[in-house]
Amino acid sequence: MIEFKNIVKKFGDKLVLNDVSHKMETGKTNLIIGTSGSGKTVLQKCLVGLFEPDAGEIIYDGTSFTQMSEDDRKLLRQQIGMLFQGSALFDSMTVEDNIKFPLDMFTKDKQQEKLKRVNEVLERVNLIGSNKKFPAELSGGMKKRVGIARAIVLNPKFLFCDEPNSGLDPQTSMLIDKLISDITRDYKMTTIINTHDMNSVMEIGDNILYLKDGKKEWTGNSKDIIFSENKNLNQFIFASEFLQDAKLHRMMEAKK
Amino acid sequence: MNLFTHIGKYLLMLKGMFSKPENPKLYWKEFMHQCSEIGVGSLGIVVIISFFMGAVSALQAVYQIVNPLISKTIIPQIVRDTVILEFAPTLICIVLAGVIGSKIASELGNMRVSEQIDALEIMGINSKTYLVMPKIVAAIVMIPMLVILSMVLGIAGGRITAVASGVVSAETYDRGLIELFLPYNVFFAMMKAYTFAFIISSVPAYFGYNVSGGSLEIGRSSTKSVVVSCVLILVADYILAQLLL
Ligand SMILES: Nc1ncnc2c1ncn2[C@@H]1O[C@H](COP(=O)(O)OP(=O)(O)OP(=O)(O)O)[C@@H](O)[C@H]1O
Ligand SMILES: [Mg+2]
Repeated sequence: MIEFKNIVKKFGDKLVLNDVSHKMETGKTNLIIGTSGSGKTVLQKCLVGLFEPDAGEIIYDGTSFTQMSEDDRKLLRQQIGMLFQGSALFDSMTVEDNIKFPLDMFTKDKQQEKLKRVNEVLERVNLIGSNKKFPAELSGGMKKRVGIARAIVLNPKFLFCDEPNSGLDPQTSMLIDKLISDITRDYKMTTIINTHDMNSVMEIGDNILYLKDGKKEWTGNSKDIIFSENKNLNQFIFASEFLQDAKLHRMMEAKK
Repeated sequence: MNLFTHIGKYLLMLKGMFSKPENPKLYWKEFMHQCSEIGVGSLGIVVIISFFMGAVSALQAVYQIVNPLISKTIIPQIVRDTVILEFAPTLICIVLAGVIGSKIASELGNMRVSEQIDALEIMGINSKTYLVMPKIVAAIVMIPMLVILSMVLGIAGGRITAVASGVVSAETYDRGLIELFLPYNVFFAMMKAYTFAFIISSVPAYFGYNVSGGSLEIGRSSTKSVVVSCVLILVADYILAQLLL
């Protein structure tokens, strides 16, 4: 579990995160949703220590991350997998080497076992056969999926995904959502996903944190969201007529 | 940012570089890769420059020494001493500051901007140890070798043109080379080479590693790192000459 309390983050005078507190639960897919620029990426980066929050506390499984020494953080991070919004693949390495890199660094497995594992995760993200390509030869969505493969290759305890399905077609997007929620349950991970994909919200939203202008506006799960009276949330989630209809439909079904 | 913040951050980067490698094998691999990038990668330019710089200094010595009373062996000595003392270490390192420095700064800058450095940190890898250290060590190993090569080629280039000009014979040239030879000069040149190698690798690494912003900043920091390294090389050259000569 990752708990954070009263996180404040400023860039210069600009207040990006304003007193945000929440608990991210183990074995569940925890979603951070919000409009573009609402502070989702900044919040995720604060949680892993890429940004130092100006105030507040972050607690990983009962241990304070905020007060941890740099060395202890390094050890903790070996159990973190992260997908960056821009994928952040290593340009100089092939897809295979990118995914194999954490295995090379942290395991003593034989080359063959490592390659087997690489192909396993490549299959899960639906990218078999792209082993020898360089990141520059991939499409945005493919890079995302390689990024996911690299993040999960070591079965991390904590998985952070910044918009795992932006730039993916609906079908692949569903596949990735399912993959993430499956491994989260199977391996009891604490998974935190930034998204503004409404499909993901409805399908895998076990624990949703809705950020608006850097403040916590609403929390709940995908069922609660249907019945929520929060005006901002409704405007954000059910933005189109099509989605409003879907909401009404779901509400009626639930009442039956 | 003022000068002192830069110096402070630079020193902190160097300090942060010393940590236990998570997996020495991969660090070794990265070191070897850098050796080939830095050493083999700049071999061509070093060969060309060294040869011509020796050739030209021989021609100039021939041109200036018209007095028949002066022994012709002075020509190889002038070539030898200028090449060993100044041309091979300083001139070559200034060129390498451009070649290697801009490469290091833009590589690290690109990795910073595209969050690849953050990705390493999140995996629990000390990115300074993994990315910066192998570059600096490789430069300190490879650049002095390039400087030695440059000395040899410079003197050889001088020999070819001096002999071709018909003023000295090959035999006189070779005799002049060993006359009045001070091995200390080579030691002094090597001290310079080690110092410059450190500057050429660590200064661009600092500028590249700390890029913030977009791809425009990568270009800026790469230019800045070359300029700063060149100035530092000249300053260090002066200080070393004061101290050691
Ligand atoms: N390094 C930075 N320096 C200054 N301001 C920043 C920095 N990173 C983010 N911001 C600001 O913080 C705010 C939140 O940005 P953030 O990237 O977290 O948005 P987001 O919710 O992830 O949006 P998106 O859905 O578009 O990815 C933005 O207004 C942005 O301008
Ligand atoms: Mg974002």
